[in-house]
Amino acid sequence: MEEFLQQLTNGLAVGGIYALIALGYTMVYGILRLINFAHGDLFTLGAYIGFTLLVSLNLQGLMGGLAVAGVLVAMAMGLVALAGYLLERVAYRPLRRSNRLAAVVSALGASIFFSNAIMLVWGARVKVYPGGILPSATISFLGVDIMLTRVVLFGSSVALMLLLYWFINRTRVGTAIRAVAIDQDTARLMGINVDHIVSLVFLIGPALGGAAGVMMGLYYGQISYDMGFSFGLKAFTAAILGGIGNIPGAMLGGILLGVIEAMGAAYISMAWKDAIAFAVLILILIVRPTGLLGERVADKL
Amino acid sequence: MSLLSVHNLFKSFGGLMAVAGVSFEVEENSVMGLIGPNGAGKTTVFNIITGNHKPNKGEILFDRMDITGKPPHEIVSLGIARTFQNIRLFQDMSVLENVLAGNHCRMRSGLFSSMFHTPSQRRDEQRAVVRAMRELAFVGLDAEHGTLAGNLAYGNQRLLEIARALASNPRFLILDEPAGGMNEQETADLITLIRSIRKRGITVLLIEHDMNLVMRVCQKLVVLEYGAVIAEGIPSEIKKNPQVIEAYLGTDE
Amino acid sequence: MTAESLKRRFSFPVCAGIFFAAMALVPSALSLAGVAGDGIAQLDMLNKIGIYAVLALSLNIILGHAGLFHMGHTAFFAVGAYATAILNTAHSWPVFATMPVAGILAAVFALLVALPIIHLRGDYLLVVTIGIVEIVRIALENNVFGLTGGANGIYGISRPVLFGLALKTPPLQFYLIWGFAAVTVALFYLLEHSRFGRALNYIRYDDVAASGCGINVARYKLAAFMLGAFWAGMAGTIYAANIRTIEPSAFGFYESVILFAIVILGGSGNIAGVLVGAFLLVGLQDVFRSFESARMLVFGAAMMLMMVFRPQGLLPPRRRHYDVDALVDRYPSGLDEGFSLSGRNGKKRAGETGAS
Repeated sequence: MEEFLQQLTNGLAVGGIYALIALGYTMVYGILRLINFAHGDLFTLGAYIGFTLLVSLNLQGLMGGLAVAGVLVAMAMGLVALAGYLLERVAYRPLRRSNRLAAVVSALGASIFFSNAIMLVWGARVKVYPGGILPSATISFLGVDIMLTRVVLFGSSVALMLLLYWFINRTRVGTAIRAVAIDQDTARLMGINVDHIVSLVFLIGPALGGAAGVMMGLYYGQISYDMGFSFGLKAFTAAILGGIGNIPGAMLGGILLGVIEAMGAAYISMAWKDAIAFAVLILILIVRPTGLLGERVADKL
Repeated sequence: MSLLSVHNLFKSFGGLMAVAGVSFEVEENSVMGLIGPNGAGKTTVFNIITGNHKPNKGEILFDRMDITGKPPHEIVSLGIARTFQNIRLFQDMSVLENVLAGNHCRMRSGLFSSMFHTPSQRRDEQRAVVRAMRELAFVGLDAEHGTLAGNLAYGNQRLLEIARALASNPRFLILDEPAGGMNEQETADLITLIRSIRKRGITVLLIEHDMNLVMRVCQKLVVLEYGAVIAEGIPSEIKKNPQVIEAYLGTDE
Repeated sequence: MTAESLKRRFSFPVCAGIFFAAMALVPSALSLAGVAGDGIAQLDMLNKIGIYAVLALSLNIILGHAGLFHMGHTAFFAVGAYATAILNTAHSWPVFATMPVAGILAAVFALLVALPIIHLRGDYLLVVTIGIVEIVRIALENNVFGLTGGANGIYGISRPVLFGLALKTPPLQFYLIWGFAAVTVALFYLLEHSRFGRALNYIRYDDVAASGCGINVARYKLAAFMLGAFWAGMAGTIYAANIRTIEPSAFGFYESVILFAIVILGGSGNIAGVLVGAFLLVGLQDVFRSFESARMLVFGAAMMLMMVFRPQGLLPPRRRHYDVDALVDRYPSGLDEGFSLSGRNGKKRAGETGAS
């Protein structure tokens, strides 16, 4: 029971982070039908920006740990959003009207570019986040000591997701985003500037990814320039699991994947941890080809 | 003797009953029309016959053989060919290659003979090209064999779909709004074409909104409304049937 | 000379013949030109390009012709390479004897993994195939069935022996690899120009219309996967015999991405395009070596730029040529037994019967 609860909270903390990254994939996919393969590397960028800010600004002296984390997350979000915006302008916008696979290859190129740019700037060796930012205390739940960090991380991801959910469903701009996702041409006829909306999505998605990067750095304590690959792939898996293009689906898929992976690593095999995530994905797609919350699209004849 | 009989067909899409107990027979070597207002379930009936949809209930007999729920490609090789309401040609391939697609199920060469171009593969290929050219000539498009299908005029694209369907050597041809988007002259030519298809011994079932065409080529009509048959008979009777007139014009009296 | 006759004179078989003849001269040319070390470095590079070219050509069947978004091709490559390595090192099979087994095992593996996912739509297939390549790599690293040697892989694979001649030197390996590439090009070219090749293209453009034409879509998709995998498996044999030590890291997602990019960038469905793509993408990684640690950064940027400036691929698919006029003249009454349809101009004929 203790083991199970520990793994569950660990899974939820990681799953929340997966969900944040997955949102970036799913929003871009919803609007452009494009898998933004560089998104995982934007997440890494967020982690490194957080690292640099943390060691160079020395914020710990000025405020409490949680406030430091908040400031880091906010700043990384802003900077990564900028990178996402530039990425779309350079690598995707010129391909908006061409073959979808051309954009996929461009995205793969962008991913290679970003991860290597990070390696050149910060070096190929693993960076270690300074400790002591997040609380090291534990709280007692059902007689089991649970790390407060996990609760804080999970809570923060959920808060960010709720904020996004509110923004998409309750604001005018959010409505415009949904309209563009459903039908670009009609949205354009309704006076929506599709280019602006696409840019906006490439600000929001990477911002969430950047936040996830900092959170991951704070949680695991170690970051490497090539971690975007496996985190990106898993978050993308989470997005597909939930039903790609579907925002609540990405949230559900991310959290679910985090928990499944934690349980798999604990109860099945640590070495096969990554394979378990993909195996689950494949099984789900065989049973339900459009993901858990995806709509079933009937073939139009 | 009826070549195709549809018996008590039901199909619903997420609670919406698109086809509710449709039955009819198509006589061998005849042209039959399936008509009715938009949304009456005509295309759904077609899609069930051709295997694109599975019915919830009911059966379809083709030449006394039960073909209900068979996949589309098997139905084509049994001798039922179709065209699509919203033209589905292979736009970026040549007119000839589109017709060759129709002849696919009559060709024999497999992976191995295709990869080594064995003598039998070459003969198979030549036979198919000649057959395709003859079907193109039949619809009057043989001069266009090298054109990309997408570059044909709209009316000719409809004819190309018919040629593609004929190349599968069907006994039964299903045309979904063949005159859609055609001008008057093209429609007149189409009427002649449908008659010559029938002269080849091919039975035709068509959906069409152009009543002039329907009245001139069909020996029998079946009228659908809200997924059910409301009338059937020869065109001159159907024209006078009060229920049909009401279905088309609504109740004003 | 008109453009048409020029095109006919320099048709694909002619160009391919010239290309492979020129390639055959490369080893002698390198040694005659007095390139350092008899051009061993250059030959190694060309050998690598050759193996990638064969792999990309086999992926082209699946991705380029059938239009299936498959980003896990190195999984099949790995199955073949490991089959050869295991049979050769543990059971002393000669390398060439393992080749058909490698191909068949890869094809069977492809059948098993593709069967449940063959109905998935584009991007879903893409992610599942990525998942497969990752699972295979992790399995190899974990020494699956105790056969694959874990992260260190398998070493000591022997040289291939052909008619008593051990292919030891780089030039001999070069002839083996590029000879295999030439056979691949020839057979795949013939395959493109056949019922099978066309069927894959129909499916790529519109699978509903294809099945409405009588094509068994799922079967052809599976056949494309199996054929592509069979070839990738045989390429695995050649690779294992060339490199002699195989390890899981050579069969990862990144290698799959390169293959995918070769096909899309070169030109989906165009053999010449795929060859050009292989030279560009594999060769560029080597050329960019002078950028040292920025090599992959430049490579990634080049991938983006090439796609932005040439989204349709370097060489668009070629149209197939049919000898229509000659055939129609030779067989005026057709070749179908029991099928009669007289008259060439159907429209006129239809008009006549309509009037009567």
